[in-house]
Amino acid sequence: MFKILQKSIGAGIVTTAYPGAPAQISNHFRGRPSFDFEKWKDARTGAEVCPTGAISLGGNGDVRTVTVDYGLCVFCGLCAEASPDQAVRITQDFELATAERMNLVLTVEYTLNADGTHRQLRAVNRGFRNAGEDVENVGRKAREKIHKLLGRSLSIREVDAGSCNGCEVEIVALNNPIYDIERFGIHFVASPRHADMLLVTGPVTRNMELALLKTYRAMPEPKVVVAVGACGISGGIFGENYASLGGVDKVLPVDVYIPGCPPRPQALLHGILLAVGRLPERPYHEHAG
Amino acid sequence: MTEAMFPLVEALQRKFGCQVQSMHAGREDEIYLVARDPDVRAIAEYLTDECDARLVTVFAEDRRSAEGVFFNYYVFERRGDTQYLMVRVPAPEGGLEFTSLSAKLPAVNWQEREIQDWFGLKAIGHPNPRKVALHDNWPDVHPLCKDFPIDTVLPPFEGERHLYRPALGEGVFQVPVGPVHAGIIEPGHFSFAVAGEPILYLQLRMFYTHKGTEKLFEKLPIHRAVFLAESISGDSSFSHGAAFCQAIERAARIEVPLTALVMRTILLELERICNHVGDIGAIANDVGFVVANAHASRLKETLFELNERLTGNRLLRGMVCPGGVRRIWNDGQLDLLRGTIDAFAVEFRDLIALVHSSESTQDRLERTGILRPEKAKDLGIVGVAGRASGIDLDVRRDHPYAAYRTYSFRVPVYQAGDVWHRMQVRIDEVNESLGIIRTAADHSLRGEFRAPVPAIPPDRCALSAVEGWRGEIIHWIRTGPDNHLERCKIKDPSLNNWPAVVEAVQGNIIADFPVINKSFNLSYSGTDR
Repeated sequence: MFKILQKSIGAGIVTTAYPGAPAQISNHFRGRPSFDFEKWKDARTGAEVCPTGAISLGGNGDVRTVTVDYGLCVFCGLCAEASPDQAVRITQDFELATAERMNLVLTVEYTLNADGTHRQLRAVNRGFRNAGEDVENVGRKAREKIHKLLGRSLSIREVDAGSCNGCEVEIVALNNPIYDIERFGIHFVASPRHADMLLVTGPVTRNMELALLKTYRAMPEPKVVVAVGACGISGGIFGENYASLGGVDKVLPVDVYIPGCPPRPQALLHGILLAVGRLPERPYHEHAG
Repeated sequence: MTEAMFPLVEALQRKFGCQVQSMHAGREDEIYLVARDPDVRAIAEYLTDECDARLVTVFAEDRRSAEGVFFNYYVFERRGDTQYLMVRVPAPEGGLEFTSLSAKLPAVNWQEREIQDWFGLKAIGHPNPRKVALHDNWPDVHPLCKDFPIDTVLPPFEGERHLYRPALGEGVFQVPVGPVHAGIIEPGHFSFAVAGEPILYLQLRMFYTHKGTEKLFEKLPIHRAVFLAESISGDSSFSHGAAFCQAIERAARIEVPLTALVMRTILLELERICNHVGDIGAIANDVGFVVANAHASRLKETLFELNERLTGNRLLRGMVCPGGVRRIWNDGQLDLLRGTIDAFAVEFRDLIALVHSSESTQDRLERTGILRPEKAKDLGIVGVAGRASGIDLDVRRDHPYAAYRTYSFRVPVYQAGDVWHRMQVRIDEVNESLGIIRTAADHSLRGEFRAPVPAIPPDRCALSAVEGWRGEIIHWIRTGPDNHLERCKIKDPSLNNWPAVVEAVQGNIIADFPVINKSFNLSYSGTDR
C-alpha cells in the first residue's frame, strides 16, 4: 500500500489544464490544413494526392470549383507538400468540431486557364446553409434540455459502428489521468439506457446499422449524437461501398461532428463540451475569405 | 540462387514430381510453386507433417478474366528458413470449389470460409462450412469476385439471422453479449453457454466491422491505398502501413535507404511498446488494480506525445510511404526520442515492480484463461498469444525486414499460456524493444530516406510480412495497370487468434472473460476488414 501511495505522490498531478488553458501541442502535429485561396494557383496537385478526396475539383467551361471538406480530411499533410507555392499550410488547429456538417465544407471558384492552372479567384463559399437551421435548432433544443435536466454532468455511450479502432484509442485516452474527462462530471456508461450522449465512430457498416439504431432507440430522451472522426462524419477513406453506408448521419440525426483521423483527445473533449453547450464553437478563418 | 537454398522445394519435387512446378520468383525469399492437382491435401500434409512447415495463410484470387480460373494460394514457412513458400492451386476446371484443409489444419478454418463467402468457392470437406465473413442474412453475393462492383448497393437484408448452436441441459444458460459492448471497444457478438459461473462453450460472431477493405484496395491508386492500410487496424497503423509499403517496394524491386529502414524499425518498436504498456495496465485494471492502469496509461500518453513529435500523428500515421519514410528527424527529435525512451525505461521498471508487488493481481491472473501449447499449435496461434503458449515465432527474427537483421533481441517464449504469461511476454518484449530503439537511435540517421518508386508493371506479385505488436501481419499484392492493385490480401494476426479466445475461456468464470479477452486484445477491425 505504501509503495502504491509513494508511486502516486511521486507522479504528481499530470492532468492537463485544457480547455481552461490553451492546449500545449507540438509544432510537429498535423492539424487543419489552411488554404490561401488567392495564392493557390493550381489545386490539381492537392486533389491528386489527397487520399480521401477531401480536396475535389469540379466546374465547367472556364470555371473551376474547388471543394475542401474537412469532414473527409485525414490530416496527412500531402496537400501542403504538393503545393510548392505555400498556398496550403498545415496548422496546429484541432478544435474543428461543429454542429453543422456544411460548416466543414468550403467551395471556391476560380477562372480556369487553358493549361489547367487557374487565375482569378471568383468566390469563396462557406458551407453555412439556411436549410441546416432546422437541424441545428433540434440540436440546440436537445442541448438546452440536457443542460436543464442534468445541469452540467453527462453520461456517454460509445458505439463503434465500424471504425478501425483508431478513434477508440483516443476515446479511451479521455479516461487517462492526463485528460481525465470525469473532472467535468462526464463519464462513459455501459448501457444506452443510462446515456445522454451517443458518441459514434464509423463508417457505419451494413452489419452494424441495426445495432447502432437499436442502441439509439434504447436511449431516453433528450439525447445528443456525436459523430467522431473522418469515417464517422463522411465514411472517410472507406466512403460508401457494398459493406459501408458512410457517415453516421446516413443512419442517425447527428448533433455535432468532430473531425480528425483520429481526433486527438483535446479535440474530442472540445466536441463533447460543445455538444452540451459548455464551449462555444470556434469558426476558423481563411485568407481571402 | 541454388536449389540447396530451397530445401522445401527440392523435397516437394522429389516427392510429387511434375505435379509441382517452380515458377519464376520475384525475390529469392519468396518462392512460388504451381500445383497441378486441385487437391492440395497431400502437399499440405507432407509439408506440415514431414517437413515441419507451418501453413501461414490461405487466400484466393479471381483470375478468370486473365487465366480463366480462380487460384488459391497456400503460404508456408519453416523455422530456420527465411523464405516463404507459396503454393498456387487452381480451382478444378469449370468448378467453383477447392479442397478444404480445415479438418486436418484447424488453423485455416475461418480463412477457408472467408474464401467461400468472398469468392463463392465451395470448401469441399470443410467440417463447418457456415458463413463467417458475410453475415447469414446477406444476399447471395461474393464481393471479391471481379464481376462484383464495389459500389453495389445491396437491398435491405432479409435473410435468416445467424442461428447459434443451442446449449442444452439442466441449469445451462446462454448469455448473449454484443455486438455493442459495455466498454469502449470494437463490436462483435459473444454467445456464452454457462452452467452456473463456469463457461462451457463460447460462440463468436465477428465481421461486424467488415467495410470492404480488400475490395477497396483494388479501387484506390497505390499512393492513396497507403492510408487505407493505416486504417486496417487503428492501433497497428504503422505495422500495417509498413507491411503494405514493403509489399509495394518488393513489387517495384527497389531498395529502401538504410536510414528509412532504421527509422521504420524504431517506429515499429514504439508502436509495440505503446500497445503493450497500455495492455499491461488494462489487464491489471480488469482485475481491479486501477492504480497500475492509471500509471500505465500515463506512460502510454508520454509515448503518444513522442509519436506526435516524431511523425505528426499520435498513432504514427502519415509517416511511412513506399520507398521509405516521408520525413527525416532532426537532432532535436532524436534527442527527444532518446530522452523519452530513457525516462520511460525507468518508469516502466517501477510500473512492473508495482504490478508484481500485488499478490492479488498475480493470484487472479495465474492459471486464468489457459491456452495449452498443443492447442495453440493446432489452431495456428501467432504473436504474443502464441509465444505465451510455447509457439516460438517472430517475423522479426525468422524473416527479417526493415533493419532487424542488425539488432539482437530475445524472443520471450513461455509454456503456461495463461493471462499472467501473456502479460509477461509483453513485459519482456517492451524491455527488448527499448534495447532495439536505443541501439537504433544511435545509428547515424542522415542522408537518403526515401527512394523514388518507379511505375510498377502489371502482374507483379509480392508478399510482405511484419511482426506487428499482436503478431504476424501478412500483405500480399498483385499489381494491376495504372498504379493500381489487382488484389491485396490482408491477414491480421487477430484472424488466426480468435479461436484461441474460445479455447482459453472454457471452464473459466464469465466474470473473468473481460480480462482473458483483454490479454489477447485482438483487433476486430483487423479481423473483419
